[in-house]
Amino acid sequence: MIDVLIIGGGIAGLETACSLQDLGYETVIVEKEKTIGGHLNDWDTLFPTHRPASEVLEHYTEETRKRALTIYLNTYVISVKKQADGLFEVQTSRDVVFHCKSVVLASGYQLFNAERKEEYGYKIYDNVLTSADLEKRLKNLQGEFTTPTGVSPKRIAFIHCVGSRDEKSGNHYCSKLCCVTAVKQAIHMKQICPQADVFCCYMDLRMYGPGFEEMYREAQEKYHVQFIRGRLSEVAENANGSLQLKVEDTLAARPSRLQVDMLVLMVGMETAKSTELFAQSCGLECASNRFVKTKDHHIGSNQTNVDGIFTAGASIGPLSVFDTVNHAKSAAFAVNDYLKAMK
Amino acid sequence: MRNFGFSTTKSRTIDYEKIDNRLIRYVLENEPTFNACLSCGSCTAICSAGNLTSFNIRRLSLQIRLGELEHAHEELDKCMLCGKCLLECPRGINTRNVIMLMKKGLYLIESESKEKNDR
Repeated sequence: MIDVLIIGGGIAGLETACSLQDLGYETVIVEKEKTIGGHLNDWDTLFPTHRPASEVLEHYTEETRKRALTIYLNTYVISVKKQADGLFEVQTSRDVVFHCKSVVLASGYQLFNAERKEEYGYKIYDNVLTSADLEKRLKNLQGEFTTPTGVSPKRIAFIHCVGSRDEKSGNHYCSKLCCVTAVKQAIHMKQICPQADVFCCYMDLRMYGPGFEEMYREAQEKYHVQFIRGRLSEVAENANGSLQLKVEDTLAARPSRLQVDMLVLMVGMETAKSTELFAQSCGLECASNRFVKTKDHHIGSNQTNVDGIFTAGASIGPLSVFDTVNHAKSAAFAVNDYLKAMK
Repeated sequence: MRNFGFSTTKSRTIDYEKIDNRLIRYVLENEPTFNACLSCGSCTAICSAGNLTSFNIRRLSLQIRLGELEHAHEELDKCMLCGKCLLECPRGINTRNVIMLMKKGLYLIESESKEKNDR
């Protein structure tokens, strides 16, 4: 009998599995992709230190290897049934049925599809990227940085809150990480294209974590990133591939016209479609933002309304790497308490 | 041209292609802390001149960033250089020096264009 089945092999799942293994439990990770590490595989550097994301990935690869964790890759969970005896029966895409004492949902998030904000021109104009596209571009960068049309950028704009705090997109909530990611990416662009003017168009700047405000100040003072308070209304393309933005400078209370060579849309985080379906199938309650609802926001953030099903990481809402690792560690303790009471 | 009694309206749109950045560049070069302004308005709230006249240091800063220098001279004359704003600024900007640099920079710009006209 498996003690804990963990759904998702990103950093949340891996951290939970490592911690539980160290507490003496038998764990199994089920991951739908062909590799572990989740979204971190696509990221170049992490805020607020600019360290390579690969360092964190390597750490978890090493910890996983040391403990010889059992991981099923390319495997979907089809259903989770709680039986009368309190144990779980988990059906997967591999025709394997797992029987386990508890389940940890570490299925994370998905990024907002920027095509849904058609007025921003993503996948219509070549030089409109998302924050995730920019990370990939930076990760694979060889030689000089150029825009998708091959121009060395003279002016770059970052647009905050794309698919966040926007009821028209169906997402009323703040994704909380995009602000600091924009500041990190703006600094990065200034470092590799010092000749470029970099703008950030924001509604509010939410620098909530340790080191974030310092980064924002560094962006202003050292890198001269210009912050315009106003939300982008629409984008048009010029004949040469540059982009024309319409943003109100709300502090000056006047409309403004901004021509840029590259536009970066800071896409927010949404609940993963698979998490939503999973929640429905086993009666997990979701919050109004469609992420899994925690049993007690303050003192039970790993528990759900179903006893024995726990959460770790961004399945409960937008979380940074820092938050995710901590939430995953606390998930291990929550599971430990549950399993000890079961004996 | 014949005057038909019509007038045209100047666009209120901020055009980043056409911003006159001479003054803001001069101020930032000499007082780099000014880069860190958040437009929070605490300087403006405490300002004695602002309580008695239409002087608004936050608005003036913003106008100068956007290269609007027409009214800068008369606005700057309203400041009494008391320095209360400097004590208040959450980002530690030397706002009094910012005002002094605006005055000085404006003088340099004005005398430069006067020189050009005299030639």
